[in-house]
Amino acid sequence: MASVETNAAAAAHVEEHDHHEELSFIRKYIFSEDHKVIAKQYMFSGVFWAIIGASLSILFRLQLGFPNLNLEWLRPILGNWIDDSGKLDKEFYLALVTMHGTIMVFFVLTAGLSGTFSNFLIPLQVGARDMASGFLNMLSYWFFFLSSVIMFGSLFIETGPASGGWVIYPPLSALPQAMSGSGLGMSLWLISMALFIVSQLLGGINYITTVINLRTRGMSFSKMPLTIWAFLLTAVLGLISFPVLLSAALLLIFDRSMGTSFYLSEIYIGGEALPNVGGSPILFQHLFWFLGHPEVYIVLLPALGITSEIIATNSRKPIFGYRAMIASMIGIAFLAFIVWAHHMFVTGMNPFLGSIFMFLTLIIAVPSAVKAFNYITTLWRGNIVFTPAMLFSIGLVSFFISGGLTGIILGNSALDIQLHDTYFVVAHFHLVMGAASAFGFLAGVYHWFPKFFGRMMNKTLGYIHFWFTFVGIYLVFFPMHYIGIAGFPRRYYSFTSYEAFRTFGDLNMFVSIAAIFTFAAQFLFLWNFFYSIFRGRKAPQNPWRSNTLEWTTPVNPGHGNWPGEIPAVYRWPYDYSKPGANDDFIPQNVPYSQTPESNLPHENALIALEKEIEAQNYNDQFKQPH
Amino acid sequence: MSETVKIMAVAEEPEETLSMNPKKFILWLFVVSIVMLFAAMTSAYLVRRAEGNWLEFEIPSIFWYSTVVLLISSVSMHWAYKAAKKDDFGVLRTAISITFAFGLAFLVMQFLGWQDLVAQNVFFVGNPAGSFMYVFTGLHAFHLISGLIIILFALRAAFKLKIHAKNLNQIEICATYWHFLDVLWVYLFGFLLYFN
Repeated sequence: MASVETNAAAAAHVEEHDHHEELSFIRKYIFSEDHKVIAKQYMFSGVFWAIIGASLSILFRLQLGFPNLNLEWLRPILGNWIDDSGKLDKEFYLALVTMHGTIMVFFVLTAGLSGTFSNFLIPLQVGARDMASGFLNMLSYWFFFLSSVIMFGSLFIETGPASGGWVIYPPLSALPQAMSGSGLGMSLWLISMALFIVSQLLGGINYITTVINLRTRGMSFSKMPLTIWAFLLTAVLGLISFPVLLSAALLLIFDRSMGTSFYLSEIYIGGEALPNVGGSPILFQHLFWFLGHPEVYIVLLPALGITSEIIATNSRKPIFGYRAMIASMIGIAFLAFIVWAHHMFVTGMNPFLGSIFMFLTLIIAVPSAVKAFNYITTLWRGNIVFTPAMLFSIGLVSFFISGGLTGIILGNSALDIQLHDTYFVVAHFHLVMGAASAFGFLAGVYHWFPKFFGRMMNKTLGYIHFWFTFVGIYLVFFPMHYIGIAGFPRRYYSFTSYEAFRTFGDLNMFVSIAAIFTFAAQFLFLWNFFYSIFRGRKAPQNPWRSNTLEWTTPVNPGHGNWPGEIPAVYRWPYDYSKPGANDDFIPQNVPYSQTPESNLPHENALIALEKEIEAQNYNDQFKQPH
Repeated sequence: MSETVKIMAVAEEPEETLSMNPKKFILWLFVVSIVMLFAAMTSAYLVRRAEGNWLEFEIPSIFWYSTVVLLISSVSMHWAYKAAKKDDFGVLRTAISITFAFGLAFLVMQFLGWQDLVAQNVFFVGNPAGSFMYVFTGLHAFHLISGLIIILFALRAAFKLKIHAKNLNQIEICATYWHFLDVLWVYLFGFLLYFN
């Protein structure tokens, strides 16, 4: 195989080109500027936050499924959040729901997912030594870390963390006297999120710059893996939408601490009139959802990118509709900015405006359907290799379809009047955004684990983990659709006082049991993950027989990723099972001149251009003294 | 057949990968994020203003003068860049210093503008019309301070003879950012005048 020869040649150069300066422990593993170390830092932080976020959901599922359960045994952990009758404190329930949402959306699926895989894969797949600015990248992680510490700390304060829902609508969030969670907890939430936004902007700016400026020779936009396209568009979405959230949060901070009235008007609280006049709480919703909706795609697009790569590799087939995939991602990214008001159909919006936003929202179904169709047609008649990563990717496609269909229902402004803020919405976004993106993260971990740690994860445990999680998630969220259609509002502490809702008690109990089961299954993954880091089977260089550039680096890539020169790229990343080829995959760095047996006529014509590609200018960060 | 091959080969000619200086590119992306920050603010202003109950007041006339001062500082920044290109170090230092001084003067004038607002009984706390005025000017001033810090770094580099015709990156980044802050203020000021 041609790539093997290239790699052998590269390996011979290891000694000469190996990096010279030895870094201290702190610079190498803590305040590191190496994208691979930063990616791991994000990954471990993301896993940590996922455990916290999921545990919080188990706590409120206990309350919802077993309203009469005595939780006295949780007193050692929760202290006075368990009230005298042995039940969960009502305000703490609201805090749990809020923190579960905040943690999962921002800390796990935004920072954990993009932070891990954008950092890790962008330089490795576009052929760069590192990110455009290692320093900004390090800064990005440490801003995130600081933000994490503050958010984590807010869980332990006496008045409790923020409790107004992860969307923090004023006036509830703007008035510290409104509820105990709107006090210090809310302030810490805002500080933490401001730092988080700074971290995301620094990270995103770096991702975009790296993708655009640091591609290796021959890596044109039309030869980039779909993962990179997804990460690029995600970063662009973040760059445009996060500053808007910062504006919204800034005005909220002024309202809270300085007494301005951007969002507040004519409020009585505790029988007393507040001096604030002239504000508009709906204004906050507009600003918030201008970020909030793109945020959904910030969470989902990286997972879709990872899936494209894994499905093509393990179907041993080129991705179906490469350009259609890119076009639909661009379409989704564009539409993401002009649909925000579908979260606000019931705010008294002009019905005509509502119908415009409904129309735009429903258009998103088109590019999404193109993607779903392309995944299925890629799988169609492929030589499918069912690795755990592949199973999780197929699971993602399943969630994406079943959760996406309910999106079409919710996007209708007339139907939304009935379904708004019910468990139907909860079921919808948990499937399409939560579970699908979490599966993207898990698929990515299983697939790139050999590149992260140079070892393999246990396959059998991976299979068990997949089936338990996949079945568990459907058992949790499918019944929720029915509960939602029946009219259960979300965020309610208890339904036992309403006669109409009592009949659904057993269904709620079923959901809670399924949730606990799914949560327990994740410990299989955690065990597999940590055990394999130290004791896993040693990984070969290209375990999945994949085409992309990261598999041309040594098993444990050092600083600068490639020991010798960065390979040039001659072909797209999806040459799997090409008719006539000796092997069922041809990596991107194999020139057409080495594969005459499988070249198509127009590819033979490209041989003449190989010299030109090799002579191209590109940014090799090792060429400058550093 | 050979005809199609030829056409396709032309269509797929290897593109040069873009090799703009990554640092300059990063600056432009920062500019995008700042633009979005202020775009959100000005949209919020419009949405809120459309709802009525809007306090009308005079925009302090000193903002006209501060705008001129900021424009002059942009001119001197360009002068500094020209000097750096010609390796004219004396002029370079003078021009950067003038830019810095005019930037400071702008900040002082903005502060005087706030005092004028207070004299008109327009406070930060009160009708959002006034609050927005303070937020716009305050946020812009905050960014301007970051611009002044970058100018200070450029000034230090100029004294250490690190900016010259063969090493223009720093002064280019500095100038781009400063011109952007200038344009941003002109936009905000025009916006406030038009939608008062």
